[in-house]
Amino acid sequence: MEQAIPTVSVRQEAIADFMRRAAHAVLVPVVAMAIFLGLWSFSAARVQTSLGAVPGPEAVFQLARGLMQEHLAEREKEAAFYTRQEERNREKLAEDPKAEVRIVGWTGKPTYVDQIITSLETVFTGFLIATVFAVPIGILCGLSKTVQTALNPLIQIFRPVSPLAWLPIVTLIVSAVYVTSGEPMFEKAFLVSAITVTLCSLWPTLVNTAIGVSSVDRDLLNVSRALQLPTSIKVRKIVVPSALPYIFTGMRLSLSVGWMVLIAAEMLAQNPGLGKFVWDEFQNGSSDSLGRIMVAVLTIGFIGFLLDRLMMALQTLAARR
Amino acid sequence: MSKHNSTTDRRHFLAAASALASATALGLPASAWAAKPKLEKDQLKLGFIKLTDCAPLVIAYEKRYFEDEGLFVTLEAQANWKVLLDRVIDGQLDGAHMLAGQPLGATLGIGTQADVVTAFSMDLNGNAITVSNEIWAKMKPHLAMKDGKPVHPIKADALKKVVDAMKKEGKPFKMGMVFPLSTHNYELRYWLASGGIHPGLYTAGDSNGNTSADALLSVTPPPQMPATMEAGTINGYCVGEPWNQQAVFKGIGVPVITDEQIWPNNPEKVFGVSKAWADKNPNTHVAVVKALIRACMWLDASMANRIEAAKILSKPNYVGANEAVIANSMTGTFEFEKGDKRPMPNFNIFFKNDATYPFYSDAIWYLTQMRRWGQIAQNKPDSWYLETAKKVYRPDIYKQAALALVADGKARESDFPLKTDGFRGVQGGFIDGISYDGKKPNAYLKQFKIGLK
Repeated sequence: MEQAIPTVSVRQEAIADFMRRAAHAVLVPVVAMAIFLGLWSFSAARVQTSLGAVPGPEAVFQLARGLMQEHLAEREKEAAFYTRQEERNREKLAEDPKAEVRIVGWTGKPTYVDQIITSLETVFTGFLIATVFAVPIGILCGLSKTVQTALNPLIQIFRPVSPLAWLPIVTLIVSAVYVTSGEPMFEKAFLVSAITVTLCSLWPTLVNTAIGVSSVDRDLLNVSRALQLPTSIKVRKIVVPSALPYIFTGMRLSLSVGWMVLIAAEMLAQNPGLGKFVWDEFQNGSSDSLGRIMVAVLTIGFIGFLLDRLMMALQTLAARR
Repeated sequence: MSKHNSTTDRRHFLAAASALASATALGLPASAWAAKPKLEKDQLKLGFIKLTDCAPLVIAYEKRYFEDEGLFVTLEAQANWKVLLDRVIDGQLDGAHMLAGQPLGATLGIGTQADVVTAFSMDLNGNAITVSNEIWAKMKPHLAMKDGKPVHPIKADALKKVVDAMKKEGKPFKMGMVFPLSTHNYELRYWLASGGIHPGLYTAGDSNGNTSADALLSVTPPPQMPATMEAGTINGYCVGEPWNQQAVFKGIGVPVITDEQIWPNNPEKVFGVSKAWADKNPNTHVAVVKALIRACMWLDASMANRIEAAKILSKPNYVGANEAVIANSMTGTFEFEKGDKRPMPNFNIFFKNDATYPFYSDAIWYLTQMRRWGQIAQNKPDSWYLETAKKVYRPDIYKQAALALVADGKARESDFPLKTDGFRGVQGGFIDGISYDGKKPNAYLKQFKIGLK
């Protein structure tokens, strides 16, 4: 008996399947997002705080636009400031060609965009310092059982400490040790925030590196011993490439922890980033404050997401090599 | 540092004047040619607290009066008065918006000791005392009413009944002010004492000033006042604007009296710098004072300017509160109970009534109150009061700045009280009827029922 062959071609079916999957991947999140926005809009109007109703999505969107406009207006003011200075200097030189003239930096306030950049600079500084310490120590822990046993209690005790507890200690030490007379390269608040980020984000990289290193294939280590490879070559050519996925996992976790810690540290240390923005808006208590804080919350979340994607991309790159 | 004497100044001025004449003929801007003594430092960081009376600093920046003097200023909001004072003392800030009592207290060593001077008074009045809705509800039955509204000014006698009732129930009565050396502390204490409520004394063992107190006073930074009262930690507070109008806006409290009603034309904020900084940067100091005088003149010039100032101050990096809340007290009115707006044209005075001149009598009033409440442990002779005032208040620098402005053509000599001996004369109008003569501080102290002499 001949069986009926389906008339739909294989290609058409593949396309249909792809469309179904794409719709699934795109429509489902879009619908979920729409439901979330709807719920937010509905319940926000029901909650009255002493600063007015909780802002809904439209209000927050308007405030976000407002922040961008403020940023552009401030940039214009800055440009005008430099123009005025240049004019003054030209007049001064016209009067006396030997007069010393200089351009003084803009003294205006940092805008929202400036604050985002400051936050990113601070978190990366803290993260890089953490990595520079965590990876070598992690490698040592992984290679030597003794080092591991020695450092383990310290790691376990310091790992759960919150940034808010580190902050006063870091502030006092930085104030005592870092001299800020004259033109310091870094502001104290920046250093305090970056160091606090380091102290909290150090641990995931350290622990994961140690695990990665200690799980290097025994055979590879035997080969290096047989070849009598010097330690530096062993580490560079065998241990690190083998442990790289673990190291990157650790770094990814560290960066996300660091980003969360940064906001808290900035609030207290008054580093001019997103944390300070949230704190200042809270203190101001204007009727826009709640909305602007929500814009900041969404920005923080979105940037955290982007940072994670960045680390994932780096991880994939490294794995491919 | 270049040495300045009047001959060099005159020569510079004449040279500049002739250059000015030729420059104007050529159509070039005058400001580039005006005689300007060389500034020791032109990049300054000035601190302020988020209060409407930081306006002179903000206006001097926004209207480019600082730039006109060749100064590049960064204005930085500080977290609280203590941090502000510490940062001026250790040099992180070149100068700051300060409470009138801070330079005096610091020089005397109440709190951190440091020589701080001031050559410029930023404003008169500007504070109010607010109580929570709960306390207001208890006070209202004791108040004289007219046309359904309470008769102003409200004396503390009405509050005394509430405090006594709370004492019988064993509940403490707590109020907030912004700093132990603040005008708010002294005004609050003055008002409470005038109604028979003891606000507490400072003693060797009690740096919080709560000894023998009927009302316990504590410190809260200005922007946190409304939240602290909302949380129930304090029953009321004395603070500058916009934090009283903010309580009305949020519906959490009612202002009962403004400090203008306690003592009209009382000195409020000053521009303070460390003495070391002033000695090292005399020309810069004069330049800053010049810009600030111009800002104060602008603020009192017209209502339109006040409205513009409210808009500028509502920016988040300055005061940040809603423009309407700020304007509520800066544009000639003040709101007490919600909806009860009364005309109060002198709520803030920036330039009228010689508001900017650093009078010795203003300094001496604060010293008498510091003595009254025990921050100055021993009784002092009248001469001590004047000597201390002279150490801290620097009308000589003010005069230099004023005359420079006159020379620049930005003001007239008649705008400034240049011939004064530093005393405003006998001042009356206090809420308890007692008059103040700055030349007789001890006789003044003897008139008070509550407080040390």
